[in-house]
Amino acid sequence: MTVFSLVIINKAGGLIYNRTFNEGGLNKLSTNDYLVLAGTFHGVHAITARLNPVKSTPEGRPLSNSTIPGVPGGILTRPEPPSGLEVLESENFRLQCFNTLTGVKFLLFTDTTQTNVDVIIRRIYELYSDYVMKNPFYQLEMPIRCDMFDRKLLSHIREVNNR
Amino acid sequence: MSNHLPASGGNGSHGVRAGDSGLRYPSNGKTIYHRPLNRTKTAELSKAAFAYLFAEMVSYAQRRVTGIQELEKRLNLQGHPIGLKLLDLLLFREPPRTQLRPLNIIALLHFIKINIWTHLFGRQADRLEKSSNPDTPDEFMIIDNEPLVNAYISVPKEMSQLNCAAFAAGIIEGVCDGAGFPARVTAHTVGDTAGANNGSGGGGTGTGAAAADGEMWPGRTVFLVKFQPEVLEREALIGNKS
Repeated sequence: MTVFSLVIINKAGGLIYNRTFNEGGLNKLSTNDYLVLAGTFHGVHAITARLNPVKSTPEGRPLSNSTIPGVPGGILTRPEPPSGLEVLESENFRLQCFNTLTGVKFLLFTDTTQTNVDVIIRRIYELYSDYVMKNPFYQLEMPIRCDMFDRKLLSHIREVNNR
Repeated sequence: MSNHLPASGGNGSHGVRAGDSGLRYPSNGKTIYHRPLNRTKTAELSKAAFAYLFAEMVSYAQRRVTGIQELEKRLNLQGHPIGLKLLDLLLFREPPRTQLRPLNIIALLHFIKINIWTHLFGRQADRLEKSSNPDTPDEFMIIDNEPLVNAYISVPKEMSQLNCAAFAAGIIEGVCDGAGFPARVTAHTVGDTAGANNGSGGGGTGTGAAAADGEMWPGRTVFLVKFQPEVLEREALIGNKS
C-alpha cells in the first residue's frame, strides 16, 4: 500500500500543488503535462457533475422539491451538490478526487490496494486549511509554496506509507 | 475614555448609541471597562480564530511597508501597547502580598517567562539565557521552541530574515518599558543567532546542543532583549547597596 503523489487544483482548474512521495510508483511527467492533467481533470469533473442525476428521497420525490410544505419533520433540505468524478482506476494506480465546498480539488494517486484513502485525503485537507489558508504570505489561487505545509504533509504521508 | 461614555441624558433608550468618535457603546452604558478583571482569567480562546486574525494583522502591516525591517517594526508596534496593559493586568491578578513590580532584571525576565507566557500562550517559555559574550552584558535571550504566533506561518524564501514573532517581541518590549526597564526586543529565527552564539567563548558543548535542537525545532525563536545602558547602571547600583 503506497501513496504515490498529490495534486491540488484550484477552483479555476489551475495546478497549485504537485508533489511525488514515492519515486518509481508512477512515471514522471513534465510540469507542462501536470498542468494539462489538472486542466483536463477539472473539465471532465465539471462535465461529470452535470451528468449526475439528482438523488431521490424514499418517496420518490426529488430532493430539490422538498422546499414545498409537508416535508417530513418540517426540515427543508437541499439536494447534495452533484459530486462528479470521484475515483479513476487503472491497472497500476488509483486516483481519488476530493472536491471541497469551495471548489478546490485534491487528487491523490495511490496504489490500487490502498485503503482509507478518504481519511488520508481529509487529513491533507485539514493540513491545507491550517498551514496554507492561515499563512499570511499565501495568495489565494496561487501555487502553494509553504515550508510548513510541505513538512507536515511529508511526515503524514511517510507515516501512511510505512504503516 | 471617560469623556466618551454616554451622557447621563435621555440617550439610554437607543439600542446602540454612536458617539462622536464613531465608536459604539452598548445601551446600558456598560463597556468592557465595567467588567471585573478576573472574569476572563481562565477563559480560553480559539487558536484558529487567533491564527486568522494574526494572518490579517501581518498582511495589513505588509501592505504599507517597503522592507522587512519596517514590517517587523510595525508588528513590534502592534504588540507594544498589549505588553504595557498586560503588565498591569497580570500584576493586579497576583495575590495582594506579591503584587510587586519586578525590581531587577532577573525578576522581570522570570515574570515574562512564566506569567506573561502562561497568560498568552498557555505554557512557559522554554529557556532563559544571558548573553555569554562579555561585550554585551545588556543582552538577554528568551527562547521559545515553537512560538504560537508562528504556528501556521511559513515565511517565503525571499523574506527569510523575517520572523513574525516580532509581534510577541513587541509585547515583551511593552512589558519591559512599562516596568521601567526600557529595552529593545527583537525576534530571531534560531539560524541567525547560531552564529552569534558560536562567536562567544566558554559554551562549546552548549552551542552544539543548541544546533541539534534547532533541527528538532525548525521554528525555534530567540527573543533578544537588549536593555538600555541606564538600566544596567541602576542594576549595578542596587546590587552594590544590598
